[in-house]
Amino acid sequence: MQTKKIFGILSLLVAVVLFTASQSGSFLDPFNLENLIRRTSLFGIISIGVAFVIITGGIDLSIGSVICLVGCGLPWLVMVQKWPLAAAVPAVFSVAVLIGVAHGFLITRLKIQPFVVTLCGLLLYRGLARGFTQDQTMGFQSEYKGFRALATAEIPITDQFGIPMPFVLLVVLAVLAAVFLNRTIYGRYLLAIGRNEEAARFSGINTRAMILVAYVISATMAGIGGILFMMDSNFAQPSEFGNFYELYAIAAAVLGGCSLRGGEGSILGVLIGTALMQVLQNMINLVDWIPTNIEFAVIGAVILCGVVADEVVKRMAALRRAAQARTGA
Amino acid sequence: MAAASPSPLLTVERVTKSFPGVRALKGVSLQVQSGEVLAVIGENGAGKSTLMKILAGVQEPDSGTITIDGKPARLDSVLSALRHGIALIHQELNLADNLSAAANIFLGREPRRGPFIDFASMNERATKFLKDVGLRIPPTTLVRSLTIGRQQLIEIAKALSVNARLLIMDEPTSSLSAAESETLFAVIRQLRERGVSVVYISHRLGEVRELADRVVVLRDGENAGELSRAEATHENMVRHMVGRDLSQFYARRPHPAGDVVLELKGLRSPVWPQHAVSFALRAGEIVGLAGLVGAGRTELLQTIFGVVAPAGGTMTAAGRPFIPQSPRDAIETGIALVPEDRKQEGLVLGMDVAENLSLPSLRRDQRRGFLNFPREREISTEMIDGLRIKTPSAAQIVQFLSGGNQQKVVLGKWLALDPKVLLLDEPTRGIDIGAKREIYALMDQLAARGVAILFASSEMEEVLGMSDRVLVMHEGRLSGEVARAELSEETVMHLATGGDRREAA
Ligand SMILES: Nc1ncnc2c1ncn2[C@@H]1O[C@H](COP(=O)(O)OP(=O)(O)OP(=O)(O)O)[C@@H](O)[C@H]1O
Ligand SMILES: [Mg+2]
Repeated sequence: MQTKKIFGILSLLVAVVLFTASQSGSFLDPFNLENLIRRTSLFGIISIGVAFVIITGGIDLSIGSVICLVGCGLPWLVMVQKWPLAAAVPAVFSVAVLIGVAHGFLITRLKIQPFVVTLCGLLLYRGLARGFTQDQTMGFQSEYKGFRALATAEIPITDQFGIPMPFVLLVVLAVLAAVFLNRTIYGRYLLAIGRNEEAARFSGINTRAMILVAYVISATMAGIGGILFMMDSNFAQPSEFGNFYELYAIAAAVLGGCSLRGGEGSILGVLIGTALMQVLQNMINLVDWIPTNIEFAVIGAVILCGVVADEVVKRMAALRRAAQARTGA
Repeated sequence: MAAASPSPLLTVERVTKSFPGVRALKGVSLQVQSGEVLAVIGENGAGKSTLMKILAGVQEPDSGTITIDGKPARLDSVLSALRHGIALIHQELNLADNLSAAANIFLGREPRRGPFIDFASMNERATKFLKDVGLRIPPTTLVRSLTIGRQQLIEIAKALSVNARLLIMDEPTSSLSAAESETLFAVIRQLRERGVSVVYISHRLGEVRELADRVVVLRDGENAGELSRAEATHENMVRHMVGRDLSQFYARRPHPAGDVVLELKGLRSPVWPQHAVSFALRAGEIVGLAGLVGAGRTELLQTIFGVVAPAGGTMTAAGRPFIPQSPRDAIETGIALVPEDRKQEGLVLGMDVAENLSLPSLRRDQRRGFLNFPREREISTEMIDGLRIKTPSAAQIVQFLSGGNQQKVVLGKWLALDPKVLLLDEPTRGIDIGAKREIYALMDQLAARGVAILFASSEMEEVLGMSDRVLVMHEGRLSGEVARAELSEETVMHLATGGDRREAA
């Protein structure tokens, strides 16, 4: 089932790529492609994170605000508070991990719904970030170029095109995530919990700990994303930085085959889903006759089409299988 | 009786139905006369439920004809089946338990006055249907507050309210107490008097004998015979179902009990904190846990297994103090529980057979956190073969197995763990007679290997047949213990209904 889903979304991605390339001469520019890959990589990291939560049947709405908190917090600590970078990075990273632990604790111990917990997180972390920065734009100015290279550098392939560093990071994280999900007992536990938490608990799985782990993964990936987004743009306006990113991440995961009912999902699918979201945005920017201000409408419509098409394909496959079973019998 | 009537209510001819990898029905024919109780029996996976779903419009047949009142009928939805007067009472009840009895009976068809529900008339009409099924409760009673047995009667009342002429019941008694089952049988007999036909599926041959006018036997998706009331003896039914005689049903060989492996010292379950339960379980013993529905057997087993925290008391396992905080603690001590509710607690329905079978063993078999795929395959072949789980492959999603085969998967996943103490909560629910015997033989083998077995069951026959001794519960307390030599239905029932230990002996 998953392979079919992945194939479907991959076809959609190819279709949008071909369409955009045919409509806009600048789409295949090395500069544009590089940029597209860079953004896909950054968003891919946070989408993988939220996929783990979605697989357990939960949701994480706080991602964008965690990105803001971490992304503004890092330059604030370094530039305003004059912390050494070597202390500031572990500090903001720990904050992200702790946020995940707090979410997991509230959800598994106090039994508060994930939607509520992370919605409050969404408001809380952005509010905090705007508070301590006093709404001032944060950035490293021209300092710490070496560190920022983690996000801005690239591995040259030709003299015009290079593979952006974040892509390398994404590949590493995605491989780790896929191995964790499909090859370890913990990944299996998460999938089982997403489908039937009660039966998982009766099978001796520490369901609370596993769900907590999922929220920690989500918040941690958002934290890593926050640092990278910051280093990439070197410019973070606390009232806007990371706005709506949780929705992009959730949409990518859903497009990529994660069911919000839980228990289903693949990392490869999430990556393709992320790429599709980015190419769509790129398409809207590049193709002249599509007005830029309808961006959300286009993205919403495409996601809806993807999900509907998936459902239609599923039913047709079921019908075909039934027919085959009949003639085969 | 009505069996001689010239035009039957319903005729099914050569119906087939296939699923990927499975031919569930290979050309089954069936007739239902009006006003008869027809039992359909057969082994797990024989195709009983599939046939009934076709009659109720839940699934469409691949080929074959259905005739109702002599006219060909197409049952392509639940609605069209209902229009023909056919209603299926699902085993999983479909009631909105936050609504009243009357509201459930008329759900979607509420009597109205203008845009508003006419509660007065709804309740008045509901009272009549409730009376028809022998329920003397106010129509405003919340369904949630009723026992499962009574909820089922409400389902029947609901079917009557749409003028059903044919009621299909798929294993209706599997979660009812003996008394509730009796009530249900009385209602079924009354319906028959009024000319309503009932198709009745059950693995409990005693009930079938008591109730059915005629018995149709299915085997492997085909008709395997038809028995009149007189012919439907226990042996006859078994022979048709299984294709051979089943002698020596309860396979118990005497073996000496070993050391105490689990001891409860004043354990209190959170549901009945006022009653302390104490007993010891020895290696190689099979101990029955009897009692009426709601006597606290499930709660006791779940407390031992760490599903719920005890309200007091202690336990020792293998001589060491043991207070499980979670099923995981219990599993690590070598305790396994086959829970009562296989869909909620026993299985991850959306996962496949192999994944379900290995779920509890993943931790033990892991390779530094990584899944041990060869071991997982080993477990699934071993269990599928050993328990004769009928499935096209180990990769079949468990949801698509027949009820009895799902239950075997639940058993298998716990056997794969090699427990020292095996707790079973209604282990043979929904399991056919051949498989039951296999499970009894398995219990005996496990006991011979030194596994201590504590099993709760509402089937008196199996409690009497399998137990070395029986613990009886009544309203949350242990009302007595009966040794094998003194075992009889009367002794157990006496204790189960609150009688005193000494009077019984
Ligand atoms: N939706 C489905 N998809 C695939 N296979 C199915 C589906 N429904 C039933 N089957 C298969 O069809 C066969 C007949 O199943 P059915 O549920 O009718 O058996 P049954 O006689 O009711 O058995 P039981 O006594 O165990 O309830 C089984 O092998 C089952 O696995
Ligand atoms: Mg069935």
